[in-house]
Amino acid sequence: MTATFALHQTGPAVTVQDLGWDGYVAQGISRGGAMDILAMAEGAALLGQSSNLAALEMPGFGGVFSTSCNCVIALTGAEMRADIEGRVLGWNATHALPAGAKLRIGPVIRGVYGYLHISGGFEPPLLLGARGTHLAAGLRAPLAAGDTLPFGAVQAQRGQGSLAVADRSAGGVIRILPTLQSDMFGADFLVAFQNTGFTRDPRSNRMGVRLSAPDGPNFAPEAARNILSDIVMEGDIQITGDGTPYVLMAESQTTGGYPRIAQVLPCDLPRLAQLSGGAEIRFQMISHSEAIEIERAAQAARAGLAALCKPVVRDPREADDLLAMQLISGVTAGEDER
Amino acid sequence: MNAQAAKEASFPEICQTGYAGLAVRFGDHLNEAGNRASLAFASEVIGADLDGVLEVSTALQSVLLRYDPLLVSPDLLRATLATLLAQRDWYAAPLPEGRVLWEVPACFGGGYGPQFEKACSLSGVSGAKAVAELCAKPLRVQAIGFAPSQPYLGELPPNWDIPRQARLNPQVPKGALVVAIRQIVLFSVPSPTGWLHIGQTGLSLFDPARDPAFMLRAGDEIALRPVSGAELEAICASEPFGGAVRRTLP
Repeated sequence: MTATFALHQTGPAVTVQDLGWDGYVAQGISRGGAMDILAMAEGAALLGQSSNLAALEMPGFGGVFSTSCNCVIALTGAEMRADIEGRVLGWNATHALPAGAKLRIGPVIRGVYGYLHISGGFEPPLLLGARGTHLAAGLRAPLAAGDTLPFGAVQAQRGQGSLAVADRSAGGVIRILPTLQSDMFGADFLVAFQNTGFTRDPRSNRMGVRLSAPDGPNFAPEAARNILSDIVMEGDIQITGDGTPYVLMAESQTTGGYPRIAQVLPCDLPRLAQLSGGAEIRFQMISHSEAIEIERAAQAARAGLAALCKPVVRDPREADDLLAMQLISGVTAGEDER
Repeated sequence: MNAQAAKEASFPEICQTGYAGLAVRFGDHLNEAGNRASLAFASEVIGADLDGVLEVSTALQSVLLRYDPLLVSPDLLRATLATLLAQRDWYAAPLPEGRVLWEVPACFGGGYGPQFEKACSLSGVSGAKAVAELCAKPLRVQAIGFAPSQPYLGELPPNWDIPRQARLNPQVPKGALVVAIRQIVLFSVPSPTGWLHIGQTGLSLFDPARDPAFMLRAGDEIALRPVSGAELEAICASEPFGGAVRRTLP
């Protein structure tokens, strides 16, 4: 029997996402896939499965869901209100979801993109080899009430667990690297850019995070700085003609004629994806050799996530408040207490 | 050596961009030889199957390698690219093999190209002369970009060096032909654009349910064949690929 996940209500832009497409930039398709790659790794660690298995990405609001058979879910990314038949669920944790039980998710408490992972992963048909969604390229559409998704009926290898995760929505320092066009802006401009606090503009989406600095200097170029259209990479910060910085994200266009002042370090992109409205970021230019060491450490941390998952000893169905309590106290990130 | 020659002498150049990008640049303005060099060199790099390289793509005058700096050192990859670059004069290299020519029915002006007359006046030719110039010879897919399988086609004669418009065209349909800066873009999806909408084809350049999903690769060619609006409608109603005919280039 096929395991089926039913969507009874959904938020406006809930999509199914894996890690996206790899190798299609030459044909005009950027990565697509999940906005917060780290949340995918966290969900995979909690369920003891591959981080490329598809999950639901829920910007701002989730919905009401149920499944045709007993399964295990994990909730990661932006923290949202969630319950199963009224029992409040902790975030960054796994939960047993009995067949037919109503799972309610949303609205968001902090951050932008919440993720719902399921044992075995969601299994919509492969499109060009991936199960994610790329709205700009027309590869799948947002999910709607009444939709169903098959999911892998494999048993989760790991039992119930939770993970202490540092908040990624509060802003702070975002590390950047030079691009081909950084020098065009001049040293003074680059210093001013790094001395400015930016917040997320509500007009941000999966293509890019639009930044605003109402009290900052005007970053509009003095003369037209059109460049020959060139390849765009995820994390590039383009400055449009009116001076708006735009961090290009999972669904960016693949080429562009606006100069890119810098590129956000890959391991800092989840903090941009999840930046809460009003939270401030500042950019800090680092060297490529520093970036390599930071990325090496980030890769090791992702690989070590599974070992950090704290098992829940008691059956959560017998202890309604256990997971919520543990999440509140579990803020000492990175300690394996077993 | 004058300033222009000195500037040109700096190409080709290899530059790190961001965390995972190494760009090989053959020029910084639209130039046929630089475009050909980019296509030929990208083909060479793909064939070399270099360790740590995740993806190779081309733009109008450059090749971009996305690589994993944790798998291959940037200095080593840069040295490997320098060796490949030194093998030959890439500006004089032939285009890669296996390219395709599509002959594509296209209707210009009227409701199919509302800005055709404006484009003619900016390029200083009559409507008939404009169609003749745009359809005179096959146009090369100089780059794919912005949207799936969407080509930048060129290079048009110098009188087509007309500027992009400051005011955006709110939406042109899939298959639209738009012109500016000696290039035509053939839209693969409905899109806003600052380019002038001069004509229409029946092409679906990208369809994930079709095999092949993508009609074009960089280096392929498109020969536009002028048809009337009635002919275009008939072709679109009856023929897959908008009546386009495929030939393999020698």
